[in-house]
Amino acid sequence: MANLIIRNGYVFDPLNDINGDVKDIFIRNGKVVSDLSGADRKDAKVIDATGKTVMPGGVDSHSHVAGAKVNAGRLMRPEDHYKSVRPKTALTHSGSGYSVPSVYKQGYDYAAMGYTTVFEAAMPPLEARHTHEEMRATPILDMGAYMVLGNNWFIMRYLRDGDVEKAAAYTAWMLRTHKGYGIKCVNPAGVENWGWAQNVHSLDEPNIHFEITAREMIRGLGEVNELLGLPNSLHLHANNLGHPGNWEITCDSLQILDGLEPRNKTDVQWAETKMNARRRQTVYLAHAQFSSFGGTSWRDFCSGAKSVADYVNKVDHVVIDNGAVPFGPGTAMTGDGPAIHDLYMLSGQKWSNTDVELECGSGVIPWLYLKSSPINSVQWAMGLELLLLIKDPWKTIMTTDHPNGGLFVQYPDVIAWLMSRKAREETMKGCHAWASARSSLAGIDREMSLSEIAIVTRANQARTIGMANRKGHLGAGADGDVAVYDLDPTRLDVNDYAKIKTAFSRAEYTVKDGEIIAHKGEILQVPDGRRFYSAPFVDETVEKEMLADVKEWFKYYTIGIANYPVPEKYLKNPVAIQANKPLEAIVRR
Amino acid sequence: MMAEVLLRPKDKIGIMLEAEVIRADNFAQKRAEEIEKLHVWQGPAKLLLGDFFDVDVRGSGPAEETTVLIEGDVTRVKRIGQGMKAGRIEIFGSAGMHLGAEMAGGSIVVHGDAGAWGGMEMKGGVLQILGDAGDHIGSAYRGSWRGMSGGQITIGGNARSQLGGGLVGGRIVVEGSVQNFCGIRQGGGAILVKGSARRGAGAEMTGGALAVLGTIEQFLPSFVEAGTEENPKLGDLQIEGRFAKFTGDYAVSKNPKGLLYLREA
Repeated sequence: MANLIIRNGYVFDPLNDINGDVKDIFIRNGKVVSDLSGADRKDAKVIDATGKTVMPGGVDSHSHVAGAKVNAGRLMRPEDHYKSVRPKTALTHSGSGYSVPSVYKQGYDYAAMGYTTVFEAAMPPLEARHTHEEMRATPILDMGAYMVLGNNWFIMRYLRDGDVEKAAAYTAWMLRTHKGYGIKCVNPAGVENWGWAQNVHSLDEPNIHFEITAREMIRGLGEVNELLGLPNSLHLHANNLGHPGNWEITCDSLQILDGLEPRNKTDVQWAETKMNARRRQTVYLAHAQFSSFGGTSWRDFCSGAKSVADYVNKVDHVVIDNGAVPFGPGTAMTGDGPAIHDLYMLSGQKWSNTDVELECGSGVIPWLYLKSSPINSVQWAMGLELLLLIKDPWKTIMTTDHPNGGLFVQYPDVIAWLMSRKAREETMKGCHAWASARSSLAGIDREMSLSEIAIVTRANQARTIGMANRKGHLGAGADGDVAVYDLDPTRLDVNDYAKIKTAFSRAEYTVKDGEIIAHKGEILQVPDGRRFYSAPFVDETVEKEMLADVKEWFKYYTIGIANYPVPEKYLKNPVAIQANKPLEAIVRR
Repeated sequence: MMAEVLLRPKDKIGIMLEAEVIRADNFAQKRAEEIEKLHVWQGPAKLLLGDFFDVDVRGSGPAEETTVLIEGDVTRVKRIGQGMKAGRIEIFGSAGMHLGAEMAGGSIVVHGDAGAWGGMEMKGGVLQILGDAGDHIGSAYRGSWRGMSGGQITIGGNARSQLGGGLVGGRIVVEGSVQNFCGIRQGGGAILVKGSARRGAGAEMTGGALAVLGTIEQFLPSFVEAGTEENPKLGDLQIEGRFAKFTGDYAVSKNPKGLLYLREA
């Protein structure tokens, strides 16, 4: 592996407290090092980053890029593909798709923007094989997937019976069995009810048959997460998503995990960072915009972002990703089947819904976000309000919940709005009057610095999901993933927001593991990425008891238990992250 | 200054050509040698227009005053005039699929028949098919719900199924008859069928107007009678006679604005 020097750039590496200093970055054998020896320097490739912005490679902690629902989105939308095509080159595959691109196109498009690591935010266990097959076919990116467990029959039963240890043993087994990275909890207790054409609308409403409430599921899964010492915290898609007035249940849901101690007990090597790179949160709220609706109906609909931001400002156990709405076509896809049905009732569009047996559900519907729509205009404002009103950027992550609120290729638009008040004002002029009348965005002066952008686009993603041992910064020992953008911070004029957008749309250089992958958007190399998953240990006796239960109930599945696991050979470059090593394994209380 | 570009097919074409380069506004101001060097696709092979056509250029002029004359059968040539914004194409023979798809201006005249998807998602201009037309004329792309939004399509003969699918604007006039699901998911614009229609005319219609002068073989039960009308107007298209008027399609909407006119015998 060649050595690489990125010379003379303005480096933004928030986890190492580097804020635009002119620095050289050295990479040896794919890892960042503090310096190179004379011999290593001689054969090193050199990138001249003079006058340019240098950041760690982009990390996306919440995107929908692999698995059954993503592919359903591709299949049901031929109209999304025929005008968005990428021709084959000598090095790269052809691809198509605008809001839901094919896997190859996804990999190339992310890499062209300076991203090197992307996590799929919802993998139903039964669809784990499909998800891994798509991740396997995705070029360049390091990936992992959160497993959907918020309506899982086994977990609901264990938690209802108060058996957190067995729920933990089951979760550990499931993560190892399906090569999942973390726990995703979608509309807890509600999606199970959707199998009976119902939902739950409060935290304390027991669901059908399992008689468990959303509150008990959130608390239980949060406890399981910290018992197992997983890298990420619980990733929560709150109840009542997409309903006016849901900001209240969102804050109440986050409150449930206040006081729980975050315990990342992963057995990994930690690269050097000045700041503590371990997560502080016990709950990571997904696409907060969709959970911060104000008002009581679509008539008096308004932003509730300020209420959610006020709550997050007061506490230390929460990180949110915003789920911004940058306008244009999207494809809503979620494990929240009833939420998709609600959207269908609004739009009358083609849609699909799936019940995933004992585990969860899912739905897909095309969506078009318009500036002329009063609701969409407020949603646009809300996505930005959330990131601008929460004071500590280490509590926020920038996403579009791709492809739900918008597309990952629209991140540069969102960055421009966060950095430039003028950009927001210009867009607001074209929006429905509600954008300013029913949100606080027009009164917000804050303009994010490049350092803050580095936090909300990579550093905090990595820290929040427990990847900062190697991702999201440029300390010695970190992966040699670097993005160089054609932006001179000393001459930065945020009023010229088009320039910001252009710079972040096409990285000057994308470096992964010390190799130059892309230059000005052109893909130069197509390495295979890693697939991260968690492998937590639990006490053998508890595991044995739990497995007996699983076997007993497996009769309700349409497949045999032997066909259930995803073997490691399904994964290209698998990286198992061991957690909760045997000595610390949970024993029965 | 007027310009004429003559295209004469050389041999029989095997695998169908994708020739969206054949556009009056694309040929304008180009010499014959330049036009011959434009790329066309035949399956996976990228070839030159000159491999399939003799090209002759007379005069030179802006797009608006450029006419492309295709002398011969181009049934196996797809996408002629796709996306054209100005100028004129006249085909002395029959044309293949996607003729004038997404066209925004100018005009296309075919003296023979045209294949499926002609005028798909057309935004403006005039597409005149003197013979018969295939399926999906003036309709939306597969999976899309917005078809032709402007301009005019006239068909001298018959058209096949799903004519004007998802139509939101503009007008389609068929001198002959249509097959199934004419005006499916129509939300605006006007369709006039002077002959008859088979089953499903106006299915899932929520707006616009559809008139049939002949008969509808299997009339949808989800349309509701709304009296009769003398010499109704389909948008700005005045038609003559006494028509039974229906609204629908109530199968997809509680308050549909689609109007279906059927001429009384």
